[in-house]
Amino acid sequence: MAQVVLKDLNKMYDDVHAVKDVNLNILDKEFVVLVGPSGCGKSTTLRMIAGLEEITSGEIQIGNRVVNDLPPKDRDIAMVFQNYALYPHMTVYDNMAFGLKMRKFPKAEIQKRVQDAAEILGIQELLKRKPRQLSGGQRQRVAVGRAIVRHPQVFLFDEPLSNLDAKLRVQMRVELKRLHNRLETTAIYVTHDQVEAMTLGDRVVVMKDGWIQQVGEPLEVYGRPRNRFVAGFIGSPAMNFIETTVADGAGALWVECAGLRLRVPAERSARLAGKRRQAVVLGIRPEDLHPATGADPVDLTCEAVVDVVEPLGSDILLDVKVGNCVIVVRVDPSVRLRQHDKIRLAFTPERIHFFDAKTEESLQ
Amino acid sequence: MAKHPRSLVPTVGAAPPIEVALPRPRPAAPWRLTRFLESERLLAALLLAPAVVLLALFIAYPFVMGVWLALSDASVGSPGTFVGLRNFVKEWNDSIFQTAFQNTFFYTFWATIFKLTLGMWLALLLNRQFRGMRLVRASMLLPFIVPTVLSTFAWRWMVDPTFSVVNWLLYSIGLITNKLPFLSDGRWAMWCAIVVNTWRGMPFFAITLLAGLQTISPDLHEAASLDGANSWQRFWKVTWPLLKPVTIVVVVFSVIQTFADFQLIYVLTGGGPANSTHLLATYAYQIGVATGLLGEGAAISLFMFPVLFVVVWFQLRYLRRLEGA
Amino acid sequence: MVIERRWKKWVFFYVPLTLFLVGMLFPFYWMLITAIRPDAELYRSWRNVHNTPFWTLHPTLDHVQDLLARTMFPRWLWNTFFIATVSTGISLFCGLLAGYALARLKFPMAGTLGTAIFVTYLVPPTLLFIPLANIIRNFQLGDTPWALILTYPTFLIPFCTWLLMGYFKTIPKELEECARVDGATRFGAMARIIFPIAVPGILSAGIFAFTLSWNEFIYALVFISSPERKTVPVGVVSELIRGDIYFWGQLMAGALLGSVPVALVYSFFVEYYVAGLTGSVKG
Repeated sequence: MAQVVLKDLNKMYDDVHAVKDVNLNILDKEFVVLVGPSGCGKSTTLRMIAGLEEITSGEIQIGNRVVNDLPPKDRDIAMVFQNYALYPHMTVYDNMAFGLKMRKFPKAEIQKRVQDAAEILGIQELLKRKPRQLSGGQRQRVAVGRAIVRHPQVFLFDEPLSNLDAKLRVQMRVELKRLHNRLETTAIYVTHDQVEAMTLGDRVVVMKDGWIQQVGEPLEVYGRPRNRFVAGFIGSPAMNFIETTVADGAGALWVECAGLRLRVPAERSARLAGKRRQAVVLGIRPEDLHPATGADPVDLTCEAVVDVVEPLGSDILLDVKVGNCVIVVRVDPSVRLRQHDKIRLAFTPERIHFFDAKTEESLQ
Repeated sequence: MAKHPRSLVPTVGAAPPIEVALPRPRPAAPWRLTRFLESERLLAALLLAPAVVLLALFIAYPFVMGVWLALSDASVGSPGTFVGLRNFVKEWNDSIFQTAFQNTFFYTFWATIFKLTLGMWLALLLNRQFRGMRLVRASMLLPFIVPTVLSTFAWRWMVDPTFSVVNWLLYSIGLITNKLPFLSDGRWAMWCAIVVNTWRGMPFFAITLLAGLQTISPDLHEAASLDGANSWQRFWKVTWPLLKPVTIVVVVFSVIQTFADFQLIYVLTGGGPANSTHLLATYAYQIGVATGLLGEGAAISLFMFPVLFVVVWFQLRYLRRLEGA
Repeated sequence: MVIERRWKKWVFFYVPLTLFLVGMLFPFYWMLITAIRPDAELYRSWRNVHNTPFWTLHPTLDHVQDLLARTMFPRWLWNTFFIATVSTGISLFCGLLAGYALARLKFPMAGTLGTAIFVTYLVPPTLLFIPLANIIRNFQLGDTPWALILTYPTFLIPFCTWLLMGYFKTIPKELEECARVDGATRFGAMARIIFPIAVPGILSAGIFAFTLSWNEFIYALVFISSPERKTVPVGVVSELIRGDIYFWGQLMAGALLGSVPVALVYSFFVEYYVAGLTGSVKG
């Protein structure tokens, strides 16, 4: 049980600055997910916490103890790797018992802990097998089991699900969440999959190019992205971005581009007031657009032409053309539309985002 | 490009100065060997030490000493004095040395050509499925396993001037009426050595090329034959280009071994008849060890160095290029 | 498979393969037949009508008995075995550690050192035997097994290091990282996780190194002078020829018996030997 504190953490590889001034307080029992595209520094950060990479500058504390100079074995952590890293020459039992043996636990205690973990994960029958006799999902369970027998202060997960097929991945995701609820151990989880990040994390840390972009609870990151990158990275399909210009008219602010003219909702005008005649990026998620009805104010709608229809079953994704740009709309499956159909789209006003065209910061 | 959130990051890039603080509570770090070994550099130095010490002592040091000997008139029992390049000049003008020098190239060139073509052929034959395949493959390597000296003796007995079984065979099928002078004529003896060297080294080519062949997907051959290529074309258009990297490495290894060969000639001809089949290594032995002129012997050995250097350099460059690609 | 006609298969496959097989194995057959042939048959004129050179009607073990009883051959066998085993052991030890360091650890000069070891791998013994003989003499090692035990590693260590380095690189890094997180030291992870997994590679390197040292000739020829300290290849060459006379029966018996140990080791571990052989030339 421990909190993890990263202070001004930096990592340099020769001349590549992989992790830049990362500051993060991870609370006790919290499940934190580091998410970002490949090369964003999330794995390097995790490996520094584990002690597998040297820290260039900054400080890491685990449970109020500075661990910068501690080798991995003395940090009281457990880690699950992407390729599972099961020792091929040992049985499942020995794999799970290895960490305890290294720490000189009594034999009876080792046996009890391995049995308990095997039971939790439903792998009791596999204990005598070698890793190569296991399926991908079973290996995954053994890797998790090997981590939990140790009762470590912190769990580290390095993309543990990315080698599984889609169906198994969803299943294991649920199990990991259940496991965390049961064990109540601090966990740090690295993934490039934003769905995993959203579903698993108590808090999500979005990273890019070595910088932390935003830290927050999943819905907060989804609903109030701090910049254009986070807005585009979180959510699937991704948020639509439209380059617009701010204009005055009829006692209100408007954003406009070819084929589109929207009145800025009153509560957002303050931040845009200083941007008259300047470019801003409008962001709207596919699910925050819908076919206009009489109830929608006309100045929050636009004309669009359907280009591609993608029925998903639960809903339909439409690629539509608005002026010069193509945006994605998520509509109810009952909507019947075909290519080249004309449609009037309404924007949900409180879900419209604006980003500075230059800094890409949110203009909330 | 998204900028970092301003609130979290005071400066771009560089780490902010860490404030001077009271001594942090550090975990007790007992000065034990295990802790010491966690440092990557120290561990690396420790792990490499035995190998580096042995190699420095018995390769680097002898090399330096060899250069010194070659520049001196040292002989057994006399430490020798510096004589500059005199040994090299003397050997260069020595007719036996000249023969040995030419022989070394001749021997290396032809033996390598034979080993490569026959080895490739054998590899292609062995690359097929047939009954007893494993046994045949295994026994093909025997000439390479068995000590060269011992198998060369068998060859020497097979081409013995008086009791040669080869002569007997050729005579009884009526091809010859007089014995062939296998080892008593310089030309014949050189070709005999090349044959024996080929016999011994070919399995190495065959097995390594076979390993290379086995990494080539049969799909490629099937695709090529669907495209209308016959087996000759398939070899030159599919197999050979894919096999080239392995082939080059094997040839380089073999060239070095053959160029520096000693035991085969030492046993088969002893450099004779009349010093006509010496290689650089056997001649260096004759002068440096049998006659005891260490300086001259070392100089003869060192004549191999430029050639080996060029080959190794070429090899390293080739490996780099492969890694780069 | 590409289908081919039967006659083609004979002409392009069976016949050449048989010729290869006969050519490769005939010298061994000749060794055997000479070793069990009585002297009277050995030295008969080659134009003798009753000559039956390809077999013998009076097989005898005289040559073998002579070899074992009247020469130091058994002693040489033991010397060779001892020297080959110890120098292989030393080389494996050094090669394991160095190969691991080069494959896994980050340290300055790692690349240069790797190249240097590769270059020493390509240095043939014949380039250095004269100065090395001097050094052996200076170290007072001349005419002792240690002269060979310490010099054989010069060509075995680079080979073992190179081979094992390649093998270590195929083992996922995460395995030892996991072990270190699980509570092992760096050294512990290497010894308890990586080395056990590398056993096939170690076996390959060891077997190949053993045959290389068994076959070594020039160092043994130059550094050892007492007949009772010689190795098989040198002993057979220098001690079984008395004056100018070749006792071919005994020589071939010696060649045969001297080849048997390596051939046995080889036949038990063909796969590992071939892995070592093909691994030895991988970049």
